[in-house]
Amino acid sequence: MKRLFAHPSLAIGLIATLIFLAIGVVSLVWTPFPIEQIDIPRRFLGPTPEHWLGTDNLGRDMLSLVMAGTWTSFLVAAVAVVIGMGVGVPLGLAAAAWGGPVEWLVLRLSDFIFAFPAVIVAILVTTLIGPGAPNAILAIGIFNIPVFARVARGGALSVATLDFVAAGRLAGLNNAMIAWRHLLPNIMSLLIVQGTIQMSLGILSEAGLSYIGLGTQPPETSLGLMLKDAQGLFLIHPLLTIIPGLAIVLIVIALNIAGDGLRDAIDPRLRQGNPNVLA
Amino acid sequence: MSLLEVSDLSIRFGATEVVSGLSFAIAPGERFGIIGESGSGKTLTSLAIAGLLPEGASLTGRIALDGAPMPASERDMARLRGRRIGMVFQEPMTALNPLMRVSEQIAESIRLNRDNAAVQLEVPALLGEVGLDPSHGSRFPHQLSGGQRQRVMIAMALASQPDLLIADEPTSALDLITQRKVLDLIAEICARRHMALLFISHDLKAVARLCTRVAVMHRGRLVERGEAAQVFASPQQDYTQKLVAASRFDPLRAERPPIGGTLLEVDGVTRDYRQNGFVFWAEKSLRAVNEVHFSVAQGECLALVGPSGCGKTTLAKIIVGLDRATSGAIRLDGTSYHGSDLPKPLRRDISLVFQDPFGSFNPRRSIGDSLSEPLRLEPGLDRPAIDARLVEAVTAVGLHADMLDRYPHEFSGGQRQRLAIARALVTRPKLLVLDEPVSALDVSVRGEVLALLARLQLEFGLTYLIISHDLDMVAAIADRVLVMEAGRIVEEGRPEQIFFAPQHRLTQELVGARLPDIGTPA
Repeated sequence: MKRLFAHPSLAIGLIATLIFLAIGVVSLVWTPFPIEQIDIPRRFLGPTPEHWLGTDNLGRDMLSLVMAGTWTSFLVAAVAVVIGMGVGVPLGLAAAAWGGPVEWLVLRLSDFIFAFPAVIVAILVTTLIGPGAPNAILAIGIFNIPVFARVARGGALSVATLDFVAAGRLAGLNNAMIAWRHLLPNIMSLLIVQGTIQMSLGILSEAGLSYIGLGTQPPETSLGLMLKDAQGLFLIHPLLTIIPGLAIVLIVIALNIAGDGLRDAIDPRLRQGNPNVLA
Repeated sequence: MSLLEVSDLSIRFGATEVVSGLSFAIAPGERFGIIGESGSGKTLTSLAIAGLLPEGASLTGRIALDGAPMPASERDMARLRGRRIGMVFQEPMTALNPLMRVSEQIAESIRLNRDNAAVQLEVPALLGEVGLDPSHGSRFPHQLSGGQRQRVMIAMALASQPDLLIADEPTSALDLITQRKVLDLIAEICARRHMALLFISHDLKAVARLCTRVAVMHRGRLVERGEAAQVFASPQQDYTQKLVAASRFDPLRAERPPIGGTLLEVDGVTRDYRQNGFVFWAEKSLRAVNEVHFSVAQGECLALVGPSGCGKTTLAKIIVGLDRATSGAIRLDGTSYHGSDLPKPLRRDISLVFQDPFGSFNPRRSIGDSLSEPLRLEPGLDRPAIDARLVEAVTAVGLHADMLDRYPHEFSGGQRQRLAIARALVTRPKLLVLDEPVSALDVSVRGEVLALLARLQLEFGLTYLIISHDLDMVAAIADRVLVMEAGRIVEEGRPEQIFFAPQHRLTQELVGARLPDIGTPA
């Protein structure tokens, strides 16, 4: 742990990410005002002692909305990363460990998914099961699958040429055991770094999908949905656009800095100067 | 006046000093060698001279060329490096641009460093000087062999007509015959051009062959320096004495287990690689192993020698069951198999020790975990029995049982190779296949590992099949030698017989390429 925080970018990124995450978690149990509370007479207030970030076009408290929106963004992106890892990593490892037709199938499958941008998948899912946050999670998650499959396969292939994998095969391990014992532990750092990157991309995608009305639906809120609600009023009440926009930017920057820091901290090449298995 | 003068050179990474207080001088036209094992700071020294130290390294002391200190600005340093200093690196594949024809790369280094050069004339002349055909110039690096690539590197280093050639382990990635040819070429060129040479190597014999004066480095310090003949004949320091002693392999065949009946029989094994499977031989199907017949007797130590690419490693992979023969069969104790179909109950009877001690352990698993892996082949063992086996194997290779809980990066190369041997022993195999068991190790630990192998053979009555290109090692340990070329076995015999009266052309070349023992007049 001490080693991890020796990298300043990791410490800054991780702390910033945790602060946003904490804000999101707090919104689950407490927000200054209920986010569903519509109060037209108090709309378009600027920052006041009571409403720190003002109120929106329906008189909802902006701070409460940002808190709840941050949580939605994190939740959607995180579940999408879990879906992507859960399906993509086993596929990628299988491709590397079995090779041959399995590898071909995995690669073609990921090409196939890559061919559809997340927005198209989201439209498809919306048509099938209707709009909502789960729809965004599914769309982004499906998009994450080939990303993790390719990263896992690439990392595993470079590990698979090393002698300890051959030693494992000599010891009678089957492909699944090789993947589990030898390949997966050695690509974990790659996967964690890719996970933080996909996390930040997921937050952007969620905002994008909500913005075009395919993601989170009212009365739930998300940062993208807030942008959508505020866009027509940008010139009159710029704060309503700037606040959620800035929140998205800061979260994504925090995650990227944390990802960079993690890569520096985890990468064995930079650690002990020992020959790296992921050359 | 000396051409290069290094005085009180220290290099540090943060708080750790990797080179300290190094001083030496090289006269014009002199061939100077730096000997050191891995981690001794010899490569950093050469990089410091060329002004190519990696980021994070700081340097104190003075490096002067022709009496003038090295320029501080990177721009002037680059110019000086181009015109006065030529460098040849260890790995010829990565040092060349894979997307440029070699003649263009040589021409580029001429143009960068000399203003009025007749490139069209000089490139063929340089290619000729390093012993390549002009037609090689139109090839890409991957179309050349390792030795040819190293020749191209030398031609590029010569392009600027330098006064000093720095060669950092230029031959350690090459096989024996090519190594000798490249060494001879460097010697010849230095003599012809009256060029000074800074030769950096762990190989005492290569240094002895090439250099007139040597310096020995150990842990960043210069421990001994002097005329090559004198240093090697009567080393003064303990460390140098140890190195010189380790560079000779004493015969280890004093006591041997009795040789019994046939254990393994290889019968007409052939391995073809498919046409499109290999990048380098895309056009034709490659026959890596061609109709090989031989047998190994119980308790015997059989060595398989040959140049790189002769198919010896492929053959070893087929025998241990990592690859599958295209045709032919292998019989182990009467059971016939073709490679990867080696039946599971028999797998425990054959073990493989890998060449590279750094790649042969999973860095994320403890040594004990890695060592117990082959015991899956013996399903009947319970936990205490497994632990007992691990302790037995680790103590057999001269290490302590506490080490089982540690991770691979905590061990040195020599210790890892011992542990790799321990892993090969846990299943109590009959046959141990050793693929270049000592070539990745430092000179000073090679002898220990070989002695260990000899002791284990006696203790457990093991049968060895050693794959190597190192004839000195083979002469020290083997009972019988097979010489392999292009997938075929071309000569077979006892080591004395093979090395003193070689019959086949390849064997004669191999024996001829051996460097003379140090300390004796060459």
